[in-house]
Amino acid sequence: MNIYIPPEYEVVRDGSRCIECRVCERQCANEVHKYDGDLKMMISDSTKCVNCHRCVCLCPTHALKIVKSEDTYRQNSNWGAQTMNEVYRQANSGGVLLSSMGNPNDYPVYFNKILVNASQVTNPSIDPLREPMETQVFLGKKEVEIKRDISGRIVDTLSPQLSLKMPVMFSAMSYGSISYNAHEALARAAEELGIYYNTGEGGLHKDFYKYGKNTIVQVASGRFGVHAQYLEAAAAIEIKMGQGAKPGIGGHLPGMKISDDVSRTRMIPKGVDAISPAPHHDIYSIEDLRQLIYTLKEATDYKKPIIVKVAAVHNVAAIASGIARSGADIIAIDGFRGGSGATPTRIRDNVGIPIELALAQVDERLRQEGIRENVSIVVAGSIHSSADVVKAIALGADACYIGTAALLALGCHLCRSCHTGKCNWGIATQRPDLVKRLNPDIGYKRLVNLLTAWNHEIQEMMGGMGINSIEALRSNRLMLRGVGLNETELRILGIHHAGESM
Amino acid sequence: MFKSNPQWDNAPFEGEVKIPSGCAVSAIIDRGGRPMTGEKVIRSIATMHDRSNGLGGGFAGYGIYPDYKEYYAFHLFYNDFQAKKETEDFLLRHFEIVYSSEMKTRKVKSIVNEPLIYRYFLSPLSKRLANSLLDEERYVVKCVNAINAGIDGAFVFSSGKNMGIFKGVGYPEDIGKFYLLDEEYEGYAWTAHGRYPTNTPGWWGGAHPFGLLDYSIVHNGEISSYDANRRYIEMYGYKCTLQTDTEVITYVIDYLIRVKKLTLQEVAKVISASFWSTIEEKSEEDRREETFLRKAFPSLLITGPFSIIFGFNGGIMALNDRLKLRSMVCAEKGDLAFISSEECGIRVIEPELDKIFSPAGGQPVIYTLKEGRV
Repeated sequence: MNIYIPPEYEVVRDGSRCIECRVCERQCANEVHKYDGDLKMMISDSTKCVNCHRCVCLCPTHALKIVKSEDTYRQNSNWGAQTMNEVYRQANSGGVLLSSMGNPNDYPVYFNKILVNASQVTNPSIDPLREPMETQVFLGKKEVEIKRDISGRIVDTLSPQLSLKMPVMFSAMSYGSISYNAHEALARAAEELGIYYNTGEGGLHKDFYKYGKNTIVQVASGRFGVHAQYLEAAAAIEIKMGQGAKPGIGGHLPGMKISDDVSRTRMIPKGVDAISPAPHHDIYSIEDLRQLIYTLKEATDYKKPIIVKVAAVHNVAAIASGIARSGADIIAIDGFRGGSGATPTRIRDNVGIPIELALAQVDERLRQEGIRENVSIVVAGSIHSSADVVKAIALGADACYIGTAALLALGCHLCRSCHTGKCNWGIATQRPDLVKRLNPDIGYKRLVNLLTAWNHEIQEMMGGMGINSIEALRSNRLMLRGVGLNETELRILGIHHAGESM
Repeated sequence: MFKSNPQWDNAPFEGEVKIPSGCAVSAIIDRGGRPMTGEKVIRSIATMHDRSNGLGGGFAGYGIYPDYKEYYAFHLFYNDFQAKKETEDFLLRHFEIVYSSEMKTRKVKSIVNEPLIYRYFLSPLSKRLANSLLDEERYVVKCVNAINAGIDGAFVFSSGKNMGIFKGVGYPEDIGKFYLLDEEYEGYAWTAHGRYPTNTPGWWGGAHPFGLLDYSIVHNGEISSYDANRRYIEMYGYKCTLQTDTEVITYVIDYLIRVKKLTLQEVAKVISASFWSTIEEKSEEDRREETFLRKAFPSLLITGPFSIIFGFNGGIMALNDRLKLRSMVCAEKGDLAFISSEECGIRVIEPELDKIFSPAGGQPVIYTLKEGRV
């Protein structure tokens, strides 16, 4: 017996506006809308609606809106409607609950409790419209011994570096979890912006090898799509040890998203769930990680930086310290808000720690140990805006990864149903009829717009602080103040409370 | 630690808060190595009186202790004789004290509440030094830090060989007279500083120059990269206790020169790096070098306004921030070379000049003794 679960949201149609053009019907992969010939009107089944807003956006007469349902269980502060529904669903199915995108629950967002400084009187602000304002960064190991040639000129002995025109990159999102067109948009945007996108663990489609110099390829526990040319094609290689949305477990790509092309690219069978193992089965300890790092370096002739990506968990500082001593060039840390195309709900909503705290602790620990310059730090896990980028860098990051923000630029409305494979925006789907809705020519332009705008905003905020190069902002925690944070939080973040002087 | 005026007892100490300051800087060097008293540099800094507010002034003289040039000259502030005793016990355990005396000073009406000021010429105890497994300079720096951090009421404010720092709370010209720099000392180079801090800790140790062995820095500005620079340099054994820009800049330069063995020109390209767009336009060799330095030492880039004069045995260097947000002028007349916040600070001592110019942002101007001098 399945208990009926009332929909959280209702589709509301203004009949006086609806012209029965049936766009909503054609656009909804969830089959919410249909034309009733007897009634001679459009009708909607709200139980199927995921609230992705595709129909609302495309309705030519704005006849549709989605509202929170007023249907309610008896009010209970302890047992909320969603909690009850989840119990019903599990009793109905016997399954693990699956979710998508990042943890949506009401945990603190520390970025929103941090304020940035500006210069006045004793120190001039700098006008980015009139003066150079540098946001270019290099990622990689900086620790270097100075060597000179016979004429006394310094020889460049630096390890390989990634060069970014601005301190933001597109986070790992695999082909499979997102569409071909989404990947194309990300790759072209990365190229135009002078930054990098990340293949995620799904391999690299043969069409996209040409964007290699702006591509970071991932090697994850499933080793999907990993081969010599794949490593060779990339600018850097990322070993994925963990993901913020699901620390402690591997990836999960539902079988319905594994099309012919995805199957070929990943080198796995078509139509069967692809579940990468929770750990790398050749890495049970830090010394094993070192072996994989050097295996990849050997395979690529020490020409490419190696990134190790970990989820932000309680002992992330110690883990990062181990990684910094293991030959990695860059550490990527993914906070507990980080996104995902499919994740067990309980893991997503209950495991990991906020990126702000993880970053502050990692940066501080590496400094205490004198090894901060061994690695660059890239952070991810809900970077919402340019202001978050500025705050993350001032806390100690070298650059940020954005995933969700990039998908929003492509049209995503955060309905958090990626795992169903029926993304109406053509992003998190492999259905050709849906994929073609995302025009990569438009998509890449929107990504370029977004980050161009962010770069201007970063420059404005830097100029206000009297800083004209992003490297002088990195780890410059005196530029930050906490507001409404307790002593412990301030100590962990390594910042003063607002109102305290320099 | 000692404060010059009891009415400021409630104000925080230097080091407890970060205090922005505006300032005047000035320097003169005779590249021929001919000694001169501090009289000229006092006149220079006095001309820029309005750039200071009476809350700090100081000088560094190079070549002033020729008779003791093999020994580290420590200048110390003491709150009281207890601190002096403790410090001298410490010095005896770590150094041979070749000569010591109270610093000769004269009464100046505006200089009040001065601490006890003593001078020591020291040579590290060889056994102690060998056991420390440090090179001699590191050993001395460690001892300086041990006194400054560990002995309440004592502060080493100068520790180099054949050079000395003289500073205190007051207008620089009064501080110069107080220490008799216009009579008692002769050196080939002098730097001077008048301070305009934005609050009133009134602590003698907080005045400038800031010194580390024979390096001294006078600085005008407020750097916006402070915490990025501080957190980097503290990884390499330095401890920024004063929270002043001058302190962190000194450590950065010391690290790059002494540890990383960069030249002064290269140091300038790290801390006051050219913009990437400028680097792009340079010759291939320069481009390679400057790109490398920016990539290798990103956290030692100093942003925000500054003009500094860096003194070392054998020369001085002037350097502005990359946007030149603080004024600074250089000039030459025969063997003499001058650096000053304002042109008036030079013209007042040498109206007729061979050459006068404003160095561009990030362009270091280095004046050193001619070969074989001193």
